[in-house]
Amino acid sequence: MTVTPQTSEIVVRVLVQEETFDVGAETARLLADSDEVGGLGSFLGVVRGGGGLTALCLEHYPGMSEAALNDLAEQAVARFDLAGCTVIHRVGRLPVGAPIVLVLTSAAHRAAALDATRFLIDRLKTGAPFWKREEFSDGSSVWVESCAEDDAAAAGW
Amino acid sequence: MSVTVLYFAALRERLGKSSETASLHDATTVGEWIAAQGRVDPALADAFAGPGAIRVAVNKTLADLHAPLTDGDELALFPPMTGG
Repeated sequence: MTVTPQTSEIVVRVLVQEETFDVGAETARLLADSDEVGGLGSFLGVVRGGGGLTALCLEHYPGMSEAALNDLAEQAVARFDLAGCTVIHRVGRLPVGAPIVLVLTSAAHRAAALDATRFLIDRLKTGAPFWKREEFSDGSSVWVESCAEDDAAAAGW
Repeated sequence: MSVTVLYFAALRERLGKSSETASLHDATTVGEWIAAQGRVDPALADAFAGPGAIRVAVNKTLADLHAPLTDGDELALFPPMTGG
């Protein structure tokens, strides 16, 4: 667990973990960090089924994954007028419907929170060392390849 | 003079190893090391010759083939990242 107090009391919380997370508890935690928050931005990524997919296996580069997410969070704090942000990314084998990633941002005004949320999820998909392997009901599995849309979304910021 | 090399995801599976300690081969950049190591590890040379980009990190920071590499560094090689 990494909790890094930033200047101006901006709180960045980054976690990489196998276990799931509690969106309500994380929301309450972020709200409790500041009384000048007017809104939260959030993105919850989950394992999408279809085509016989049964699970995703998420591999990461321990040490670098946390550092890369911390770096992105600090970029978001520097770029948007945030009161705080939380990024939690799961690793390991996750079945269809399971939460994968949570991005929460808090700010005095909605534009900063919403923009920072999208910045963080767009950038982390291609800029932090995580890799997905899809598992299917017939026993086969395949590594997910990077897609041009994700690269374009990350480059758009 | 050596480097610790880590391989991840599809590249790890393709090479059949997740880490190794390798000679620095007098290389001064990541690109020089990959070329030199490829001469003693044909599977690595094949991985770089085939289609599909490979990303690199030095000491847990994203880098490129021009990045300096020195004794004791941790070099990681992996496919494009697909998190989120």
